[in-house]
Amino acid sequence: MALELSVKGIEAGYAAVRALHGVSLDIGQGETVALLGTNGNGKSTLMKCVMGMVRPTKGSVTLAIDGKTHDLTRLSTEEIVNLGVAMVPEGRRLFPKLTVEENLLLGAFRPLARTEISRNLAFCFEAFPVLAERRRQLAGSMSGGQQQMLAIARALMSAPKLLLVDEPSVGLAPILVSHTITKIKELKDQYGLTVLMAEQNFHQAIRIADRGYIIVHGEIVFEGDVKALEQNELVRSYYLGTG
Amino acid sequence: MAALLEVKNVSKHFGGFTALSAVSLEIAPGERFGLIGPNGSGKTTLINCVSGALRNESGSIVFDGEEVSRLAAYQRTRRGIARSFQVPRPFHSMTVLENLLVPSAYVAHLKDHEARDQAMEILKRMGLAQKAGAQANQLSQVELRKLELARAMAARPRLLISDEAMAGLSGGEVDEVLAILFKLNDQGITIIMIEHIMQAVMRFSQRVVCLDAGKIICEGTPASIVQNPDVQKAYLGA
Repeated sequence: MALELSVKGIEAGYAAVRALHGVSLDIGQGETVALLGTNGNGKSTLMKCVMGMVRPTKGSVTLAIDGKTHDLTRLSTEEIVNLGVAMVPEGRRLFPKLTVEENLLLGAFRPLARTEISRNLAFCFEAFPVLAERRRQLAGSMSGGQQQMLAIARALMSAPKLLLVDEPSVGLAPILVSHTITKIKELKDQYGLTVLMAEQNFHQAIRIADRGYIIVHGEIVFEGDVKALEQNELVRSYYLGTG
Repeated sequence: MAALLEVKNVSKHFGGFTALSAVSLEIAPGERFGLIGPNGSGKTTLINCVSGALRNESGSIVFDGEEVSRLAAYQRTRRGIARSFQVPRPFHSMTVLENLLVPSAYVAHLKDHEARDQAMEILKRMGLAQKAGAQANQLSQVELRKLELARAMAARPRLLISDEAMAGLSGGEVDEVLAILFKLNDQGITIIMIEHIMQAVMRFSQRVVCLDAGKIICEGTPASIVQNPDVQKAYLGA
């Protein structure tokens, strides 16, 4: 039952650019962990390492789930998804020429999720009613913010146990930012979902986070609970504009 | 003073869906104008109609006294309307500098060395000068957003439309982009800002319009807009 993601001392990058320098992080069952830090500091790269989309050159990424421990650096992205890990990527990455509903169904591609399609679809449509109204519309013809909602819903369709969310609130109207964050919390409360979330909106992130890590230039410079984060100097200067 | 941009009764449908329904607004030369509204309310559709990416079905769009709604996008850009895109769309295989040379050469019609000087000048202003030789697909999100604005600037616009240039940026980065937009406005460029980051809209705009379901529901100063019950209900979620 216990799920644990454990990242130890990873280094990763793109060609000559090294994006992560010895990053370690742990997430336990049911936790919501915020990944903070301005753009270009390695948050997305870290998530891609968990998803097998970027291979670390050093260090380990392991996921303990359903009584087994898996070395994620040796699995393909689809195998990692099959374990119950889903990601909402930065920049939406939808299938623009498919309908809203088709995008959602593709999210449910992994075998375990197929049996729960109707329940998960109902949750997505309840969480984001606009997706139900537009289920037959092409994804690419919706507004940017609506596409963001679809990207989140598509990840939920895979019935993940561990959800990685890269900037969920980008492009959403203020009313929807808090709504989306609340929906992620509901998933956590109802289904015990474990969440790793990169979010620029600090106030929204800490509403649902248990803990957080601050990453600067590819290194973890601080980790702590929400209270410690609120008092952290870096957070104050980066996010709260009081630095 | 005559309006720089006059949008009169502009409507746009996608199939049976009404994206814009008789929208009218006027923007004065040198104004800093904020456009807000829920997701799918028609903000991007409206500026697509203004910039020429889409054609409005009815109504008129007058820029500096000239009806432009039947002109192609590039013709409108040559008349002084430039915009940035929500999802950055650089020429990925070109360098940052080359990305700016395209509008400099084909829109502003600058000669080789002039185009280069102007491009470098803009990159300096945007804090991108060190990246001039980097390929666009090597840039980080913030850099891409700055490149988006820089490229719009290289067309030497009189009206700059910034479509969510700050989405996904953190507090300090938002301040950086805001400072750039203020500087451009000081140089006489009229700016329309579409943004969901309310602190940015509030600080930047002299006047704000809120769209909902393709209609203008409220217009006023930033302070009055956030107090408006309709805006709170549709957009802010008070």
